[in-house]
Amino acid sequence: MKSRLAPDDAKALLQASINGELPDERGRFGPFGGRYVPETLVPAFERLEAGVREYLHDADFQKEYRRELREWVGRPTALSHAPRLSKRWGTEVWLKREDLAHTGAHKINNAIGQALLAKRLGAKRVIAETGAGQHGVASAAACARVGLPCSVYMGAVDIERQAPNVDRMHRLGAEVVTVETGDKTLRAAIDEALRKWVTDPSGIYYLLGSAVGAHPYPYLVRELQSVIGTEARQQMIDQAGGLPDVAFACVGGGSNAIGLFYPLLGDDIELIGVEAGGTGDGLGQNAATLATGTPGVLQGSYTIILQDDDGQVQETHSISAGLDYSGVGPEHALLQATGRVKYVAASDDESLAALEELCETEGILTALETSHAYAAARKWSQENPGKRVLIGNSGRGDKDMPTLTKYPVRIRTDASA
Amino acid sequence: MPAHKRLTAAIAAANDTGRPALVPFITAGYPEPGEFVNTLREVAEVGDVVEIGVPFSDPMADGMTIQRSSFVALQNGVSLQWIFQELELAGDLGTPLVMMSYLNPLLAFGYERLAKRARATGVCAFIVPDLPFEECDELRTALEQQGLGLIQLVTPATPDKRLETLCGASRGFVYAVTITGITGGDAGLPDDLSDYLDKVSSISALPVCAGFGIREAADVVGVGEHAAGAIVGSALVEVLESGDDPRPFLRSLGGK
Repeated sequence: MKSRLAPDDAKALLQASINGELPDERGRFGPFGGRYVPETLVPAFERLEAGVREYLHDADFQKEYRRELREWVGRPTALSHAPRLSKRWGTEVWLKREDLAHTGAHKINNAIGQALLAKRLGAKRVIAETGAGQHGVASAAACARVGLPCSVYMGAVDIERQAPNVDRMHRLGAEVVTVETGDKTLRAAIDEALRKWVTDPSGIYYLLGSAVGAHPYPYLVRELQSVIGTEARQQMIDQAGGLPDVAFACVGGGSNAIGLFYPLLGDDIELIGVEAGGTGDGLGQNAATLATGTPGVLQGSYTIILQDDDGQVQETHSISAGLDYSGVGPEHALLQATGRVKYVAASDDESLAALEELCETEGILTALETSHAYAAARKWSQENPGKRVLIGNSGRGDKDMPTLTKYPVRIRTDASA
Repeated sequence: MPAHKRLTAAIAAANDTGRPALVPFITAGYPEPGEFVNTLREVAEVGDVVEIGVPFSDPMADGMTIQRSSFVALQNGVSLQWIFQELELAGDLGTPLVMMSYLNPLLAFGYERLAKRARATGVCAFIVPDLPFEECDELRTALEQQGLGLIQLVTPATPDKRLETLCGASRGFVYAVTITGITGGDAGLPDDLSDYLDKVSSISALPVCAGFGIREAADVVGVGEHAAGAIVGSALVEVLESGDDPRPFLRSLGGK
């Protein structure tokens, strides 16, 4: 399996991507993607793939999905100009406000779409994994909405740092299963959800929350999240008077980033994905998969992963549970290989500072995940004054209070700035 | 003769003596890396074929026992490279070996190098639980160039037509997963197991070995009426974990 692309291949693959021709029939984004799953799950994946083909672009399904997005999720979400932040940074900053979507993050776009699909496929129950808890909450809410029982697998480490979301899942009627195995974060939660799925592949629907895993998940999640970029593109034209020069989104598995970037691939817009730089460059100190990883197979997909020379997947560190993942969606691996999207890392400290700055200037408490996008956009702005910047504000930060209370609020010396 | 045919022959030899073949599974280097070669010799004394598990950080098809053994082995520095070195030290055990590994450690090692090292150390075939047939061409070709096989897994969820494809593509034997679930289950074997195993055995030209959830002599006897062999993993790993000699346990299940 290859991961380096010849220049001509890269160009052709990027064009195929812009034309909507990827993934191919084998679930590949160029060399990346595919379906590496246990034999027990192969028929379940085939059923899911057939279901996606039958329903996802079916008029009745789309009508119901669009109605749910409008009347229950609260879409379109706002595009906010950020005047005080713009003044500080010296650029014109616009925010796509996924934090205003029901349950507080972009995750709901995917969760309600897949819950409607699960219903059509005749699933008896839904399982989901969660890192930050946002996908867990979104899944719990979506399953309640369509009337399906829901179990959410969540690592013990994440249960502690995202406690408010655990309570929310319970209130919304979901069972939360604590995962004590592996690294006790998102990766272990996905492994455990897969183990559960294997016990009843025809009765269980696995509602995967990011653009990762085996085909068709990276495709399905991208299609459901593309509403972010489609709306933002039109809103920029209507409100800002034109497209942005650059767009930023944080990247863990990469669902909000692919949702924002995919509809912008064909435009003359610089696209920058921001990974978790953690506390340093060493293996285990960050979750900057695309920046420092190598190709391999993790959880069903050939993509870029953090691993040692023996192919053992490495543990990660990030202050944000939602970015704390050793892999990344295969489409991002391709977008990096083609050079269309640039991936950078922001550290824990830079992201905390960015979170604080956004609170102070715009009155928005953003999620720790999202803060990474701000940290990178802030740096970029210093080198590109006067440009128009779009930031995917993927979620709200209320869930991060247990972490944030460990960092006292800095005294603000210049409240008027 | 391609190495994978040694597996078929060893299973047939057991069947000729009127018993199912016994295929013990051990996680390489668990519980003590220093004991690996000894354990391997003991297990090979009783087993007709020995399955060696390569530990992996994300064993998604495995239950608690094999997850635990994998993590401890990794912490103790066990790697594919190390396993091959130990197999070299062990020399010919007189019992054919198969290696079970998730795909990523094999990818990292490199397929051609893998096939050569495996052949040189007595490994006859590979079992790769996260590599479905549709994705297996590259590895299968590299292995077959060295006369090694890629063993296909079938499960109760596998549709009949697919069953034919998988049985036809397998080498050495066909691995019939007994349950829809992960390894190490203690819920017992399903009631309709014999029908399923009869079906797989009737479709497959190769011997069929049943694995997952086989814990005691009665399981081996029951499975043996409908399949050529039984694979014992988690139950054996638990015996090794407690520090006991694996041979009495394996003899209680049958074996050489």
